Amino acid sequence: MSELKKIATRESYGNALKELGETCENLVVLDADLAKATKTEIFKKAYPNRFIDCGIAECNMMGIAAGLASTGKVVFASSFAMFAAGRAFEQVRNSICYPNLNVKIAATHGGISVGEDGASHQCNEDFALMRSIPNMVVLSPSDDVEAKAAVKAAYDHEGPVYLRFGRLAVPVINDNANYHFELGKGITLREGNDASIIATGLMVSEALTAADTLAKEGIQVRVINIHTIKPIDEDILLKAAKETKFLLTAEEHNVLGGLGDEVSRVVCENHPTKVVRVGVEDKFGMSGPAAELLKIYGLSAEHIIEKIKENIG
Amino acid sequence: MTNQEYQIIAAKVRKGVVESTFHAKSGHPGGSLSCSDLLTYLYFEQMRVDPKNPKWEDRDRFVLSKGHCAPALYSVLALKGFFPEEELRNLRHVNALLQGHPDMKHIPGVDMSTGSLGQGISAAVGMALSAKLSGKDYRTYALLGDGEIEEGQVWEAAMFSAHHKLDNLCIMVDNNNLQIDGTLDEVCSSYPITDKFRAFGFHVIAIDGHSFDEIAAAFREAASTKGKPTAIIAKTIKGKGVSFMENQCSWHGAAPNQEQYETAMKDLDEILKGLEA
Repeated sequence: MSELKKIATRESYGNALKELGETCENLVVLDADLAKATKTEIFKKAYPNRFIDCGIAECNMMGIAAGLASTGKVVFASSFAMFAAGRAFEQVRNSICYPNLNVKIAATHGGISVGEDGASHQCNEDFALMRSIPNMVVLSPSDDVEAKAAVKAAYDHEGPVYLRFGRLAVPVINDNANYHFELGKGITLREGNDASIIATGLMVSEALTAADTLAKEGIQVRVINIHTIKPIDEDILLKAAKETKFLLTAEEHNVLGGLGDEVSRVVCENHPTKVVRVGVEDKFGMSGPAAELLKIYGLSAEHIIEKIKENIG
Repeated sequence: MTNQEYQIIAAKVRKGVVESTFHAKSGHPGGSLSCSDLLTYLYFEQMRVDPKNPKWEDRDRFVLSKGHCAPALYSVLALKGFFPEEELRNLRHVNALLQGHPDMKHIPGVDMSTGSLGQGISAAVGMALSAKLSGKDYRTYALLGDGEIEEGQVWEAAMFSAHHKLDNLCIMVDNNNLQIDGTLDEVCSSYPITDKFRAFGFHVIAIDGHSFDEIAAAFREAASTKGKPTAIIAKTIKGKGVSFMENQCSWHGAAPNQEQYETAMKDLDEILKGLEA
């Protein structure tokens, strides 16, 4: 893994926007004074007339996005996950999702890997908030390749989409000819029947590392990449529930309300199976280098390995 | 159209407000009655709209940011021919077209879903911005409550519209001086409203919101104002036209019972009779 090229998905987002801008005339990008950090600045430089900085006013930005979308624009509205999904939650619900408007909430700096800024900026609750709103699609890409594909898929999807990108540079794991992004479809990255790791975002790369290490010890773990948290791919989850001993979910999010809860719901309702959830254990983060925080909060291949061994019996 | 003709339509709009909230057994008649004259003038004179083509791309837009006054908007839209007047009697009923607050997805003529205060103005700003980006000449209007402007988002939107010189945006404040818990001064005063919008970079026009002469002049002035958005601060009477509802805070969110309904309709019929005579 260490040899893999690393790119932050926020960078992928900015690059994908710029690419979309070439052909998509109706694309408008909004930001709330964070263009340098969210990387919408890449789009801004290429298409200054279709970039609007709304200032530090996320709630108003979401409303403006709704108004623009009502006239036929496809809008990407960006801020940090904390402010896009958190502060502007109700604007996203009432002004965008209720009227089912074509707005993409592109949130960067999701999760604890925000690092040094600390708990106030580490949003581990955005999946929970966004997936509870009707009409909303929730995407959480795992790397550069997938992030770019997710941006295009979001543009092509008619209706609101929440996209979560990260601040931290993460390994490029999907750079192969067979890679195919289909909204709502999980991707099996490793086969195995001893257990399944259902991962999203930067935890997919950790899951692969864990699976490779476990394989050396004779434990064959399936790895499923869930880039679409909602609507979730029930088929791939139920297949894993039937064919493997238990499921382990791995996400850079509170264990409450995110992927772990969604996977638990699917298997509980259809094929009761043990689900072990790896994520932030219902607590706030703190300042520190991202890589260290991920280890401290249990968001690592090592912790996944430990949990798999603990539960495999 | 003459002022008398506007007044006749406005009286009919008010009857629709009473009729719909009576049948809904809930709703917000007070603020709906205070803004009925403004909405009448907007839809019957000012705005470029086509009831046969409600989604017409080049239409003027209207956002009822004080979404709870939907009964007034619905009544105007019905009279204008966007949907049958009979729908007013189904307001707030299960599976009815007319939701408690404006629903752009289903109701012909509604340009934005609103109801959560402070949000509609931002959407209106987005529509005005879109016209600027696309070089279109439609205008966007939004109506806010004087209590609603206590919401911080209103001022985020105001700051943005002045910054972007949205002279194709005209907002109105229905200044009936009453909110749910009392007068503005008793609750958390938004006064001085004119000074605030002026400080936020708006061209501000203060009018009597029940005078069609003043309403007409204000919209003319707004249309000829360049380089900045306009705010029309309309002094109004909550419950206007129904004697027992006028200036009564308690009629913010309560429906008339049978007896009150009959009295209210009698009040409005007398106004109509006087106008038509």
